Amino acid sequence: MARISLKDVKKCYGNAHVIKGVDIEVEDGEFCVFVGPSGCGKSTLLRMIAGLEDITSGQMTIGDKVVNELPPAERGVAMVFQSYAIFPHMTVRENVAFGLTIAGASKAEKDAKVAEAARILQMEHLLDRRPSQLSGGQRQRVAIGRAIVRKPQVFLFDEPLSNLDAALRMDMRMEIGKLHNQLGATMIYVTHDQVEAMTLADKIVVLKDGKVMQIGAPMELYHNPANLFVAGFLGAPSMNFIDVTVQAVNGTKALVSNAALDPVEVSAARGPFTVGEKAILGLRPQYLSVAEGAGRLHGAVALTERLGAETVVEVTLKDGKPLIAALSQDRVFPLGAAGDLDFDPATAHLFRPEV
Amino acid sequence: MASKFTVSNRTGWLMAGPAVLLIAGFVILPFFLAIGFSFTNQRLVSPNPTEFTGLANYRQLLGVTTLTLDPVRDEAGAVVMKDGEPEYPSLRSLTRNNPDRPDLAGMREWFSFSTGGDSRTYVLARDVVFMKAIVNTFIFVLVVAPVQAGLALGLALLINQRLRGINVFRAIYFMPVVVSIVVVSLLWRLIYDGQSGLLNNLLGTISFGLIPPVDWLGNPSTALGSIIAMSIWQAVGFHMVIWLSGLQTISPTLYEAAAIEGASKWQVFRYITWPGLRNTAVLILIVITMQAFGLFAQIDVMTNGGPLDSTQTIVFQAIERGYGKQDISGGSAISVILFVIVLSISLIQRWLTREKS
Repeated sequence: MARISLKDVKKCYGNAHVIKGVDIEVEDGEFCVFVGPSGCGKSTLLRMIAGLEDITSGQMTIGDKVVNELPPAERGVAMVFQSYAIFPHMTVRENVAFGLTIAGASKAEKDAKVAEAARILQMEHLLDRRPSQLSGGQRQRVAIGRAIVRKPQVFLFDEPLSNLDAALRMDMRMEIGKLHNQLGATMIYVTHDQVEAMTLADKIVVLKDGKVMQIGAPMELYHNPANLFVAGFLGAPSMNFIDVTVQAVNGTKALVSNAALDPVEVSAARGPFTVGEKAILGLRPQYLSVAEGAGRLHGAVALTERLGAETVVEVTLKDGKPLIAALSQDRVFPLGAAGDLDFDPATAHLFRPEV
Repeated sequence: MASKFTVSNRTGWLMAGPAVLLIAGFVILPFFLAIGFSFTNQRLVSPNPTEFTGLANYRQLLGVTTLTLDPVRDEAGAVVMKDGEPEYPSLRSLTRNNPDRPDLAGMREWFSFSTGGDSRTYVLARDVVFMKAIVNTFIFVLVVAPVQAGLALGLALLINQRLRGINVFRAIYFMPVVVSIVVVSLLWRLIYDGQSGLLNNLLGTISFGLIPPVDWLGNPSTALGSIIAMSIWQAVGFHMVIWLSGLQTISPTLYEAAAIEGASKWQVFRYITWPGLRNTAVLILIVITMQAFGLFAQIDVMTNGGPLDSTQTIVFQAIERGYGKQDISGGSAISVILFVIVLSISLIQRWLTREKS
């Protein structure tokens, strides 16, 4: 069993507080993604789980063991590094077998396990090459091979795809997803790429400035972000934020409007809101549509990007603020044409302004 | 290829000029002059014209032969014993004015050994001092190269850590390198002094007077060893810095990956550090070997080749002969021999440590 649990975990370098008290539970066999902008502490947190950084305070358990003071080797984790960390003077076979060599495994055992790992990763033909003869994607496979050969309870991935080009990144992303299904091990994956997070994760942990912003399933975070940061971070193009004024509050609903937005009643779950107060209305570009006749939002087309299956339109609202709409299908809009946009109030999110 | 770079770049050539002239005058020209002189009987100052003498200098320096002698027997055919050892005919009778053995003329005994039985084999050399110099130099190189490289690596591993004040240690270990070897040699002559030297005092104190004072530089059995020890100490810091630079090119993630795989300290060294230092090791080995072959200043300051030629070295002989005895052609021949030795050893080292793929 490899449940991972972090309780009020903190990390300081002198006076710099990098991780400011984090509580995370990762279930056995779960694929958990730490996502956040650079400098948010996600890699540090992963390295603390691996044992490469010590924990300033709090408690960390892997399985049933408190691992705060355990060296990396005794935590039962394997890690795949952003820079691959392949040993340059060893062949692929020796690299993959490294953990077994260290543990003093027999040659027959090593051969069998390396062969199995190579089969899973489809790299049998690479085994006798040297790292310098491999492409980036192949090196990544070797690094993953070295991780899976010891059958660890927990896999840690530190931005494993960020050194690959876009096409390869997508392939490897799918492979890692399949690998997780195949091995059923607990995996923690660090990335700054929200697409990787959305596609791979069972559970996403959004971090910012060393604090957890929200933890949840990808769709939960997407459809019900807890705060402005999560709302803006997940989804591409990112969510539009419109400054509005609260006109009326009616139980769980609030009526909001601004110069470019006709009054609309939306959920006030993230309240409390008071009448006359400023608030922020979040609208996903994908949930905006072109109004037949008069819509709720009034503006003019400033830019269109036609992507074939999708058209991204930038509209300058009446109050001068830009708004992005991602419309399905290929559509043509003359620049400067008046455009009214509409949306389903159920898809709108109302946030209290962050101070 | 008359490119713009080589022809029209006058400023460039003017700037490089002084260095090119100096290198040509003090490195390249002497190199070829030495090769030329070594085939002549040129002297530093001499009224006689220079003559081409072919390989005579080399024959004189490298002439070695063996001679097996039977012991002297009395009329009854029994071996004559002298001081409990068989007596052998005098070598002088063979090497001096002996018309039967012109090939042995002027040779002297280098050493002798017995291969069982009564007869004894003598190894004769035309220039015994030079032979001793070659042997001493090789001993010096064979001890200094591995020990200095090993110690330097050990120090480099020790100071390649993030600790408070680690730079103080780096500076301390590097200090002897900065001091001139002549100054270091003078200081160590005081340390090694036979009467009241620091080393004798130290050994006497820690052994409560059990270890008697040793005249480290005056005793043929300790002189070379003392110079070896001091030389290793003096330059170890330099090679430590080279090792350190090699250590710092190894990616820290490799160490992290090894830590996660559970490698012990020795396994980390064996599988990551040492393979990562391959090129550095080749460089250090070649540099130490070449420097060690050039052993001169320590000898010149501390022992002058003595006692009993126990610290003669090739370079000391070259200078002693070329300038001391004004035999510039003999000195040149020694330099050329040294050049050939060092070149061959470097080539062999490079071949042995080549990248096998």
